[in-house]
Amino acid sequence: MKRKALSVLLSAAMTAALLSGCGGSSGAASESAPAASEAAPAASEAAPAASEAAPATDAASEAGADAAAQATGGADASGKTFAIVVKSAGNAYNTKEEEGFKEVIEAAGGTVVVKEPEAATVDAQITAIQSLISQGVDSISVAANDENALQATLEEAMAAGIKVNGFDSKTNADSRMTFVNQAGTQEVGQTLLDAVYDLTGGEGQYAILSATSQATNQNAWIDAMKSIAEGDSKYSKLELVEVAYGDDEPQKSTDQTQALLSKYPDLKVICAPTTVGVSAAAKVLQDQGSSVKLTGLGLPSEMAEYIGADDAHSCPYMFLWNPIDLGRLAAYSAIALVNGDITGAVGDTFTAGDMGDYTLTDAGDNGSEIILGPPFKFDPDNIAEWKDVY
Amino acid sequence: MEQKSLIKKITGSREALLFCILIALGVVVTILNPTFFSPTNIAQIFRNNAIIMIMAVGMFCVMLTAGIDISITSTLAFSGMSIGMLQKHDIVQSTLLMFLIAMGIGCIAGFLNGLIISKGKVAPIICTMGFMYIWRGMAYVVGNSSWASGEDVSQFAKFGKDGTAGPYIILIVVYGLFFVLMKWTKFGRKIYAVGSNAEAARVSGINVDNVLISAYTIMGLMAGLAGALSVSIYASAQPNMQYGKEMDVIAACVIGGVSMSGGRGTIVGTFLGALILAIVAKALPLVNVPSIAQNTVKGVIILVVVIVNVVSQRMIDKQNLERREM
Repeated sequence: MKRKALSVLLSAAMTAALLSGCGGSSGAASESAPAASEAAPAASEAAPAASEAAPATDAASEAGADAAAQATGGADASGKTFAIVVKSAGNAYNTKEEEGFKEVIEAAGGTVVVKEPEAATVDAQITAIQSLISQGVDSISVAANDENALQATLEEAMAAGIKVNGFDSKTNADSRMTFVNQAGTQEVGQTLLDAVYDLTGGEGQYAILSATSQATNQNAWIDAMKSIAEGDSKYSKLELVEVAYGDDEPQKSTDQTQALLSKYPDLKVICAPTTVGVSAAAKVLQDQGSSVKLTGLGLPSEMAEYIGADDAHSCPYMFLWNPIDLGRLAAYSAIALVNGDITGAVGDTFTAGDMGDYTLTDAGDNGSEIILGPPFKFDPDNIAEWKDVY
Repeated sequence: MEQKSLIKKITGSREALLFCILIALGVVVTILNPTFFSPTNIAQIFRNNAIIMIMAVGMFCVMLTAGIDISITSTLAFSGMSIGMLQKHDIVQSTLLMFLIAMGIGCIAGFLNGLIISKGKVAPIICTMGFMYIWRGMAYVVGNSSWASGEDVSQFAKFGKDGTAGPYIILIVVYGLFFVLMKWTKFGRKIYAVGSNAEAARVSGINVDNVLISAYTIMGLMAGLAGALSVSIYASAQPNMQYGKEMDVIAACVIGGVSMSGGRGTIVGTFLGALILAIVAKALPLVNVPSIAQNTVKGVIILVVVIVNVVSQRMIDKQNLERREM
């Protein structure tokens, strides 16, 4: 019942957004769009997986607002309207992205339209983008729910002169001008492998605990780790004994972790690049007082209890990226696209306020991408500050 | 002779057969990986599968009445999320109270199932399918896009921590209680009677509706208990927790010889069925079955065990018939 009521509310709000869009008043549209986002905490996809989840601080956002105000003096966005289409409503990770996006755009004098589909589906995103096209926004930044399915709609948008900027989750190269990537596959692979190298002391056995065997980003990261290890003799003494799959279920991840421990008595490190896996493994290792150490990608709030430098804690440090920064970088690249500073060609450069200079690189799919940077490290020194945020 | 009939009285031949399968499975796994048969490993098998084992008791009661309940893991998620949130927002911190709240929520959920199935004459699978969506959805609503984990539930998680006796005690109490309840009490016999032949039970003066409501309430109670235990053992309450595990619970009962058409099955069989499933889950990663093939192997093992069980049961029945003819 509650869900139904919510969806009725939501559709009403969406319709309102559409109508006001047709009226040609983008100001009114941006007012009604947040109403749609408020009405939809149905949260069907609420649990954030590693690929979606990330940390951020209020402190960072405040600092960001100040910095953006100073830094965007050059990159003027006044009078322009910037739309952001996230994956779905009810996910705190998406909210953080919007937060970063809004800060930068508003500090630069632009107007923000936020679109949050009620479910993480392509259909809902197509509807949202079409209403943005008829509103005549200047730029659309989209975190795609499907790589290819948005192509027709986004091509229509680009034909109408709207700058299309992907972020967080990629569309194919034909559907976008550029893509803001939260973490390059190579950067994640390198960071995790270096962590394994550090924790093993440079040699010994390690295992990987992944989510499902089909998870695209998990597999890409694991493959990157493997190829980096093969290509550099520095890692020649590291032995990857097994890639286990816990299916992002606490119970199965627990079983798999225990199996790793009994199968490989000489195991030194487990690396789990998934939020559910990393916390399940952390609990197993810590409860058993195992000497095996853990690292990977995880949520600070979930992992705070297990992060520590001493033997009583199973995880010395782990990583994730910052969704606020991702939203901010998406905003800077949208402004650069609208102002013509970049065209989306590989090799273009622009200044993202206090975040520094960024260069568009080859995304490997005939398109360009902008990589936010290496994942952020959570260690005993900063975990207390981050755990309340995310 | 005297002793043999006593063993038979306690277990029944079907359970003896299951026990043999269990031993065979254990031996095979131990040969493939000697670390399997260690005290820690055995303890972990019970601890990691306590949730399935406890819910199997409830499912056993429901299946005896020729019913089924597929809403159980949703009930588990809703009760687990509820107590998770109570801890996250620091409203309740007493471990005992957490268990009582979760069990209370489970009871209400089970009672509603029983009420609608018995009084409303709705098919059990349809009614519980409805509640499967309702409670899972409620778990998301209660969670409001957040999880309770790690530090939020650290106090409560001490109960289910690796090496503590809590989960084992709950298992022993539940199975002990239901062994007595189903075997030697009037209530137990009523459930069997309703499952074998509801009409005959009604004619003989049993209030069938009340028996049904009790069976589903027991199931709900077990699901609530499992919800609390799940949060405690895994130190994590997520709205999608134990998603899809109702099939494991049903499989445990079916392996244990509980009939889908009701009236047949024992608590010992259920226990052995759940244990076989638990051993399979534990053993597959240990004996180097590739991760991506584990579910396939698990399915094959379930089918083989059930077929062996059914065929041997038929042979036993046939032998009994032949003996009667003579």
